[in-house]
Amino acid sequence: MVLALFVYPLGMSLVSAFTTKEGAPSLDNFAKAFELYGNDIVFTVVIVVASTVLTGLFAAAIGGYLVLGAHPAAVAVLKSLYRWPLFIPFIVAAQCMRTFLAKNGLMNNTLATLGLVDVGSLAGLLDWRGIIVTFVWKETPFVALLVSGAMASLDRATIEAAANLGAGGLRILVEIILPQVAGVMVVGLTLAFVTMLSVLSVPIMISGGSPTMITVDMAFRVNSYGDYGVANALAFVSYAIAGLAAWIYLRRNLASGGGL
Amino acid sequence: MRAALGWLLRGGLLGGLAFLIFGPLANLVLWAVAIQWYFPHKLPLTWGFKYWGEVFKPTSDTIAALGTSVLIASITVLVCLLLAVPAGYALGRAQVPGRRLILLLLLLPQAFPNLAVYFNIARLFYMVGLNGTIAGVVLVHAAHGLVIAVWIATAAFAAIDPELELAARNIGASALHTALTVTLPLAMPGVTASGIFVFLESLDEFTGTYFVGVPDVTTLPLVMFTASLAGNYQIAAITALVLLVPAVGFMLLIERFLKAEMLAKIG
Repeated sequence: MVLALFVYPLGMSLVSAFTTKEGAPSLDNFAKAFELYGNDIVFTVVIVVASTVLTGLFAAAIGGYLVLGAHPAAVAVLKSLYRWPLFIPFIVAAQCMRTFLAKNGLMNNTLATLGLVDVGSLAGLLDWRGIIVTFVWKETPFVALLVSGAMASLDRATIEAAANLGAGGLRILVEIILPQVAGVMVVGLTLAFVTMLSVLSVPIMISGGSPTMITVDMAFRVNSYGDYGVANALAFVSYAIAGLAAWIYLRRNLASGGGL
Repeated sequence: MRAALGWLLRGGLLGGLAFLIFGPLANLVLWAVAIQWYFPHKLPLTWGFKYWGEVFKPTSDTIAALGTSVLIASITVLVCLLLAVPAGYALGRAQVPGRRLILLLLLLPQAFPNLAVYFNIARLFYMVGLNGTIAGVVLVHAAHGLVIAVWIATAAFAAIDPELELAARNIGASALHTALTVTLPLAMPGVTASGIFVFLESLDEFTGTYFVGVPDVTTLPLVMFTASLAGNYQIAAITALVLLVPAVGFMLLIERFLKAEMLAKIG
């Protein structure tokens, strides 16, 4: 089943990317894809990389506080807070953000009511920033869950030893905890990275205009022109980007030899 | 004084985080109960449940889509569990050569941008007449859900103490009897969790359905998407809430089934 529904369509995709409509091998599709959507490819990479980095930072901060936090009450509050977006579908997250980040959204309204920003200068965040916010909002709980799980199962002796020697919380997190959970972090971030690379609803709903992400371009190419060649050329680009991430993931996973 | 400042800082950070997490959800709820709301008003002008009546009247698109969504999700769970329980048992319990490799290979589709795979599947289904059918959508959802189902089931079976099975065998139970009355019940929480997970994934799935289901199969996410792009924010918000309830419910339930430490082992 995996073979029929994954490997075969993938093969089809590759063949279609490298041939013309008549079936002759060519790179025309790529030329066209880069000419029309070159900007979008760069845009996609920037957005996904930025979102992944931010997700990693937030996940590390949340996980770190859950393990090191000195105040049980604050830890408990954080623990009950951070997971909420975990299973919320992307499309619902996109709809939430579409209203929350809009010019007249709850975020601007709250900030304006608190007197933090001037009403006249407000603009919505419904562009590349909105996409990043939505991705980070949606993916942080997942990575934080994995990372905090790994952190919780670490040997506490080294952490306590470092604390006894006078190391501060941040230093313990960066120098002792994070290196030990780097494997899990990389795995989580890779999955998040690839997921973000293939989400269609968020870029369409948050920022419809140009530049946009290549997922939107692929859907447009297929639905409006039935042009599978260029769409698959773009698909190939996304495989290449994901392949790079997956390579890091597999190397990490095989090298550690641990896991299940 | 320092302690008070510390709590102020912590409170501020946690409050800010709570605002970032719940703000978007609150905005969604506001739209669901708004009748009129336009710029530059900070809150809806008129409130009420007028749109709820429209969404939930028996002849509405949303109700039909809800039925389709639940039907597809139920069949998907059935298909996935029928395949994942034996596979998870084999991979988690018995010593299958190369099981680590099999599990990694299964994960490979997850490590791929699946949008591109979906529109090629749609093209393929179009040729064999599966496009726009429930069966086609179920196949796409199941292919996606199966991976997760097998991983969780494997972890669940692997976590069972083999001594318990040995004890059952020692007092004369057959292998099949042991598997059904000892192993399976012990693995049940994990299997249930994977079933719920597959159900939710199917319920929420958008991209695959968008390509494979059109124009005849309309699920809840598609209704929401169409309403949102058409500017019917009230309809979109109410539909989104319907999708949100199971998602949040599962988030709150999951701790009973899966420990974070166990999740860390998957990966």
